[in-house]
Formats: sequence, structure tokens, C-alpha cells
Amino acid sequence: MAVSVDEAVSTGPARDHTPPARRFGGRGRSVLEVALLTVLAVVMLFPVLWMIETSIKENRDVYAIPAKLFDFTVTLEHYKDVFVAPDGGRSALSVSFLNSVVVAGASTVLATVLGVPAAWAYSRFAVKAKKDQLFFILSTRFMPPVVVVIPIFLMYRQVGLIDNKLGLILIYTAFNVPFTIWMMKGFVDEVPAEYEDAAMLDGYTRLQAFWRYTLPLLVPGIAATAVFALIFSWNEFVFATFLTSSDSVRTAPPAIAGLIGGTTTDWGLVAAASVVFALPVLVFAYLVRKHLIAGVTLGAVRR
Amino acid sequence: MGTLAAHGLRKSFGKVQALDGVTLDVPDGSFFVVLGPSGAGKTTTLRAIAGLEKLDAGSVHLDGRDATGDAPAARDLAMVFQSYALYPRHTVYENIASPLRARRCSSSEIAAAVEQMSSLLHIERLLQRRPAQLSGGEMQRVALARALVRRPRAFLMDEPLTNLDLKLRVEMRTELTRIHRSIGATFVYVTNDQVEALSMADQVAVLKEGKVQQVGTPTEVYERPANQWVAGFVGSPPISLLACRAEGDRLVGAEGWTLPRPRWTTAEDGRPLLLGLRAEDLSVEQRGNASLSGELYGLEPLGDRTVVDVRVGTEIVKVKARPTVTGTPGERLLVTVDLDRAHLFDADTGLSLSEAGR
Repeated sequence: MAVSVDEAVSTGPARDHTPPARRFGGRGRSVLEVALLTVLAVVMLFPVLWMIETSIKENRDVYAIPAKLFDFTVTLEHYKDVFVAPDGGRSALSVSFLNSVVVAGASTVLATVLGVPAAWAYSRFAVKAKKDQLFFILSTRFMPPVVVVIPIFLMYRQVGLIDNKLGLILIYTAFNVPFTIWMMKGFVDEVPAEYEDAAMLDGYTRLQAFWRYTLPLLVPGIAATAVFALIFSWNEFVFATFLTSSDSVRTAPPAIAGLIGGTTTDWGLVAAASVVFALPVLVFAYLVRKHLIAGVTLGAVRR
Repeated sequence: MGTLAAHGLRKSFGKVQALDGVTLDVPDGSFFVVLGPSGAGKTTTLRAIAGLEKLDAGSVHLDGRDATGDAPAARDLAMVFQSYALYPRHTVYENIASPLRARRCSSSEIAAAVEQMSSLLHIERLLQRRPAQLSGGEMQRVALARALVRRPRAFLMDEPLTNLDLKLRVEMRTELTRIHRSIGATFVYVTNDQVEALSMADQVAVLKEGKVQQVGTPTEVYERPANQWVAGFVGSPPISLLACRAEGDRLVGAEGWTLPRPRWTTAEDGRPLLLGLRAEDLSVEQRGNASLSGELYGLEPLGDRTVVDVRVGTEIVKVKARPTVTGTPGERLLVTVDLDRAHLFDADTGLSLSEAGR
């Protein structure tokens, strides 16, 4: 019988981890495994830990040789500097964080609002040359975005979108819409069309049927898709660097990168800004982790 | 009122011609069954009437008014889906209330209607559950309640009993007939189960490969099949078809047997024919003046009766017999034929040649 997307995907990770068979070495093997995993974890997490540590070290300790791993003075000065300018007003960095929130948020909302109905239409209706259209949509993601930086720059200069938040919102939306359509089409395909048929016979229009009975079932999928879109827009560096220049428009990635260079680099500030920058995405991904797994494994596990 | 008329429905999916000129006239208040094997276009016909399928050609009239282009909501029909299509995130109560909510009924009206329906279908204690917490039979009742909760022009049912186990199916068959009688509405009921068709229908339309083969009462379809295919599809055990031709006052079988030529047939001499014999019109226990000789091929005890397979030449004839009948395979047998109840079909066109004389 009909299985809702909810039931289908919210049952945790799709794979059950069975303990690895201990064929040779017995306990020794598992000690080796733990050791290797520990090494791997340290290697992977060290830069992150180092970043966090640097962000709370006093400048003196940041430059200390040999590096101080544990015995340094903890300070939150750098975090204050991220948000507050030396003269007491708002710092340029805090403006760029706000810009990032606006740009990433708006482009994600736009991509979702445009992409979800499009995905629904591609899933439900007989569209002429549907496969070709879908391939065309996907093909926009084939090449690395960097390739089109110059043409976009020239076009934007013509229409006055250079150094403009709207310009960034539009370009990120353009990159996220195809992704949203493809991802969401998979989710819509999983919801039986008969719910909408039944709703239409109950007396609803097709759009009402979609809104009342299909859309609620798509919420996990929308959450997963939106988080991916958000992460893309939040992290995007190349277009932000090329298309913006003033502090009032700049998003966080180029702003943080801009801190490096010049005569001296305030590594404590760079580290603190980076931590602040990484946090929202981590929090979001954590909140929707269930749905993210669903989004990644959907289609791979069913049918 | 609730008359439905579909004329010349045509619909293809890619290269598959799902509907090839389907025409149906459903009278007001009738229990109209569309019967056919899977892939015959039954569901597509129903969806076309409901407005869920865009037609390539043809028209749908509801109560005499052309409704071909109307949206499903405007047609004032209710449908029970084979998969039931209960809204998974809504309670049973909300599922049943959905058609009334769409029509902006007041909550007191809705409560009263849902209560009435749930007591009619004995699902009062399920109202706060969600579809996932229901058994197949319960889901079926809820789907039925959602359709019956308002009084539409007609009810469309797409194999509503197929997903139930046999016992429940038999129960629901009786119950559906009872409901139909008590509300007197038009039912269009799609099924591939001939027992459902014969036991419930006022009218049966037999569909094959997107074409209507025959429309009639269950008795007509069973007793006077329009063609060889309908004869073979309706009836269990299936009708036995033997190749033969008419020669003067005799029927001569391809396997060498001869029978008196039935007086009702108009078939011309020498034309290839098929003689259709239903199991209950044959006997291995009684003697008559028309009989076929063969050997026992197998016995199929079914409790209340036993089906005897008799081999006549290379063809198998199924004969209904008392449950006590015994025999050993290979044993010689005489099969008595009730020729008044036999059928003759043109072997080339498949059309019945029995109609004229009866």
C-alpha cells in the first residue's frame, strides 16, 4: 500500500552497520582499526581544531614558537572584533555576514519556490520532450561555474548588477534551480499521484490537491534540498569575489579571504570569522541530518 | 439523476492504444460493471469518465450534458481507487471529511455525515487513526466511506476489492450490493473478477484491448456471449471450444466426432466453426442422444463439484460432475451434450452464430 515519504525515509540511515567480521587477528584487528580511525580523525579534524584554538588565543600566543597547544590564555577578543569595529560601530565583517544571510537565504527561497512546482510538473504531467528538457536542465550543472564567470561579469556590467546583492541572489538561484528540480523530482515521483487524483474527485482543483495533500509529504525532501542549496550559496566564493567589491555588498567568503594579505594578517580574527562562518551551516545540517541522509540515499535504496 | 454516457473514447499511451473507441451508456441508478482482463483499458475508461485522463477522442456526457473538458471537481463524481489512495498524513476522520471540506460544509454537517458513514461501514472506532494503522479491509471501508459521504452523481470504483483476502471480498461484495440498493445511486464498477461482475451487476460491459466486446445483463453475457472471446473469458471453468463445421444436418468435428446439427444455427455448410460447450451443459453421468466419446484426462475436485477433463481427440473438454464421481485416467467416457445450450462461433471472426435462432 501507499507509503508516505515520511515513513519511507525517516527510519534513520539506510544502511545497517554490522560489526566487521574478525577473521584474523581477532581483537588485534579491532585495535588496529581504532588506531587507524584515530589517526584519520586527528588528521581530518586538526585544521578545524587549530582554527578554533587560534580563534581564542591571544595574538602573542598565535605567533608563539614553538606553538602553544594547551597553555595559552583564552580570550574572546577576536570574536568581538568580528562583529564590532574598533571605533565601536558595526564591523565590515558583520555586514558581510549579514549580506551572506540575505543572499544565501533569498536565493535558496527563490530556488525552492521555483524548483519545487517545476519538479512537480515534470513528475506529474506529460510534457513534450520531457527527458530532453530534464537533460538540458541537468546539463547546466555539467561545467564548473567558474567557466561562466567572465560572461556573467560582462552581462552584469551591462545591466548594472555588478556589486549588487540582487546580482548574487540571481546567479545563485540560477545555479540552485536545476539542482532543486532534479532533487525534488525524485521526491515527487515517490509520492503516488493518486492522492491528487483522489483530492480532485473530492472537489479540489489540481493546485489545491497539490497544496493540501502532496506538498506536506514533500517537506522532508524540500528541507534536504534547501539545505544543499543553502550550503552552496553560503559557501560560494568565486562569483562573490568577481561580482562584488564594496564592503556593504560583499558576502562573508570574500570578506574573510580579504583579511589575509597586506602587511600583517590578524590570524586570530581570520580564525574567529571562519568559526562564525562555519557555524550556521553546521547547525542547519545537524538539524536536518535525517532528511539529508534521506536526500542522499533516496532512489538508491528503494525499488 | 446519474446517467453517464461515454462515446467513442480513444486514448493511447505512447504506442499502446489503451482505449480504442469505447462506448458505454450507464443508466441512472444501475450497478454497471466493466469487466475485462488486466490491460483491457478498464481503469483508463473509469479515469476518463472521472476526468483524470485526457482523451485523444471521444466524449463524456453526464446527465445528458457534455462534460468532456470539465475538471474532475466539476463532474460531481466520487471514486474508490484500487490502492484506496487514503491521505497518509490525515486521520480517518479527515480522510472521510475531505470531500465535504472541499465543498466548504460546516463542521457540524461534516461531523454528522462522517458519523453516519462510519456507522454504516462499521469504522467508528477507527476515526482517529491514520491509514498506516489500518488493515487492508479497514482501508477499503474508509475509502468507501470517503466516496459515500456525499451524494455525487455517480460512484466510480476501480477494482475496490482486489486487494482484499477472499473471505473479506465475499463479505464486501454483499455489502456493496446492499449499499447500492439502499442509496439507489449509479455505480460504475471496474473489475477483472467475473464472479464480482456476475453477482453484483445490473449491466456488464466486457472490455478487451480497449474495445467493448459486449454489453448486457450478467445472464445475457453468460448465456449468450457475443463472441468466442467473451465466452472464454466469462465462466469458470472456462467454456470448451471445439473446432468443427456444419455438414447437412450434422456437426462434424475436426477430431472426427459428429453431433446432430442444432436447429438454431444459421451457419452455412463447410464454414469453419467453433462449438462452445459449458461444463454444466455436459455430463459424464447421464445418457442422451448427443454425445462425444473421449477418454478421462484428469479430475479436479472442487468440494461442491468435480470438474472432469475429458480428452476428445487432441482437445480437452471440461465437464461438471457430482463430487462423488471417480475414474482412472485413460478410461473411455461418453460425454452427453445439451445441444440446446451449446454455442457456435464463426472460427474466423469469432462472432456468435447462436443469436439468430434463439
